[in-house]
Amino acid sequence: MKPVNQKAWLLILPVILCVAFSAILPLMTVVNYSVQDIISPERRVFVGTEWFKSVMRDDDLQGALLRQMGFSLSVLLVEIPLGIALALSMPAKGWHASAVLVLVAISLLIPWNVVGTIWQIYGRADIGLFGATLAKLGIDYSYTGSARDAWLTVLLMDVWHWTPLVALLCYAGLRAIPDAYYQAASIDGASKFAVFRFIQLPKLRGVLMIAVLLRFMDSFMIYTEPFVLTGGGPGNATTFLSQYLTQKAVGQFDLGPAAAFSLIYFLIILLLCFVLYNWMQRVGTADNAGAGHG
Amino acid sequence: MSRIDLDLAHAYKANPREDADYALLPLKMSFADGGAYALLGPSGCGKTTLLNIVSGLVKPSQGTVQFDGADVTARTPQQRNIAQVFQFPVIYDTMTVAENLAFPLRNRGVPADRITKRVGQIAEMLELSGQLDMRAAGLAADAKQKISLGRGLVREDVSAVLFDEPLTVIDPHLKWQLRRKLKQIHHELKLTLIYVTHDQVEALTFAEQVVVMTRGRAVQVGSASELFDRPQHTFVGHFIGSPGMNFLPAATAAHPAPGATVLGVRPEYVTLAAPHAPGAVVATVTQAQDIGTYWLVTARIGADNEAGATAPLLRVRLGAQEAIPRVGETAWFAVVGAHTCWYRDDVLIAAEAAP
Repeated sequence: MKPVNQKAWLLILPVILCVAFSAILPLMTVVNYSVQDIISPERRVFVGTEWFKSVMRDDDLQGALLRQMGFSLSVLLVEIPLGIALALSMPAKGWHASAVLVLVAISLLIPWNVVGTIWQIYGRADIGLFGATLAKLGIDYSYTGSARDAWLTVLLMDVWHWTPLVALLCYAGLRAIPDAYYQAASIDGASKFAVFRFIQLPKLRGVLMIAVLLRFMDSFMIYTEPFVLTGGGPGNATTFLSQYLTQKAVGQFDLGPAAAFSLIYFLIILLLCFVLYNWMQRVGTADNAGAGHG
Repeated sequence: MSRIDLDLAHAYKANPREDADYALLPLKMSFADGGAYALLGPSGCGKTTLLNIVSGLVKPSQGTVQFDGADVTARTPQQRNIAQVFQFPVIYDTMTVAENLAFPLRNRGVPADRITKRVGQIAEMLELSGQLDMRAAGLAADAKQKISLGRGLVREDVSAVLFDEPLTVIDPHLKWQLRRKLKQIHHELKLTLIYVTHDQVEALTFAEQVVVMTRGRAVQVGSASELFDRPQHTFVGHFIGSPGMNFLPAATAAHPAPGATVLGVRPEYVTLAAPHAPGAVVATVTQAQDIGTYWLVTARIGADNEAGATAPLLRVRLGAQEAIPRVGETAWFAVVGAHTCWYRDDVLIAAEAAP
């Protein structure tokens, strides 16, 4: 047996301190709020798990959660295939490769609130190119009037903003595939689809996992764009979880319920990421273990 | 199965001007139907380029590739019906070993029962039968390379099977076994095989005809004994053999040939001679190594001259039973004999007996 060396703890102490100040301590203040009723800066009452119970029973919150799930799922369903398709159609080398890379990356450089503003103007029926074109075509479109239009606009905005990230990740993954694989496939007489199905897709598994996790977490926390575009409306059609949280915490100053809700929100993201990660790890390796090593 | 004729040159650059711009200098070459060939040369000599041109992965910038007299230069590897095995194993990660082996057949719409039968045969030949249902991704590198080999051999109707240093990642003991297997397959199926390697032992044992290449040029095509006894180019003499041929300025060998003639003699054919014997040189022994069954003696002919040119070295293989000269001693060596070759501008001009 190796001797146990307790000195290792000293070496990770700086990390523990960093994490404590950047993550654990702020989180603990939230935990602190979540179990108290703060009436005024001087008066506070310990209420135990009461906030958690009331938050869980809140219909508005359950509505926001469902809306959020639907939105994140739609984001993944659109952005991942679209990103892969985009990466496959991007040129591999030469000056056009660099030019296309820059073009594709442009939307990633735009801040969230600017994206919201751009689309707010772009979608207006009177002066916006998108909205006016739709109006000319006779399509009744209004992101301020129709819940469906508002929801679709937010989705479109996210797709426009973030599909390039998926595309760039996939592009990097595709470039990492050695030429020999394509040569062998060409010798073996594989069709374009077979090359995609048996070479490119399996080799993209790693970057796709990162892309899915990033896009899931990010879209699950979406706040700025709907805030700028619709303010969560019409009604509460685009009130996602973080909108709802902000309304509670900043709008109504209900610190206790907002803190309890934050913690639940945090746990939901953690849980879903864990499930997603494990599922994607298993895809493509599961039958590996199943197919009898021995 | 077909006869392959090449008449081409290839440059990866757009407008080649000088020889150095070419990956392959203009060459004419034929591979007979059912022959076993090796392309032998150091790294970067153009042998892989030549192979990829035959398979259709690379299009030659000039000239044509013909299969059985038909111009196939513009055709894809699939249309040419070529099989090729690469230096590093290429396997389809998500498939089992059997699916990997079946892949080239399945892509060509071969009926399922014939696929199963053929995959079984190939797996047996390569000793992969026990692993057919395993996922290919989980196997060791040499097993993966056996799968690559299997995919190259699984089609029976191919024009030729090309190997690009396929045994690089294989253990030495398995290398012998697989090379024997490839030879055996060649005998049974009479396929045209072209084998790229930088290992002369591999080339000489595998192939009936060896193409020796250097710097984009095929300098000699011949059997093992032709390459050994009559190298057409000093590079062949130098590259084939261990150690390579001795090359001496002809003046020191007291031979009448005029100009910058160079004498080439294999270390195996140099013998000890009596002082001042015709066709013999005197040299100072600088090294004598015991290689087990023979001695390898290195000797310096004359001394370094004032212009800074080093005196030529002579490597000699002597049987253990001979009187091996010691380091520092001078001895006479016969370098002109039945196996001596003469070169001018690196090209063989005469191979003859002593004058």
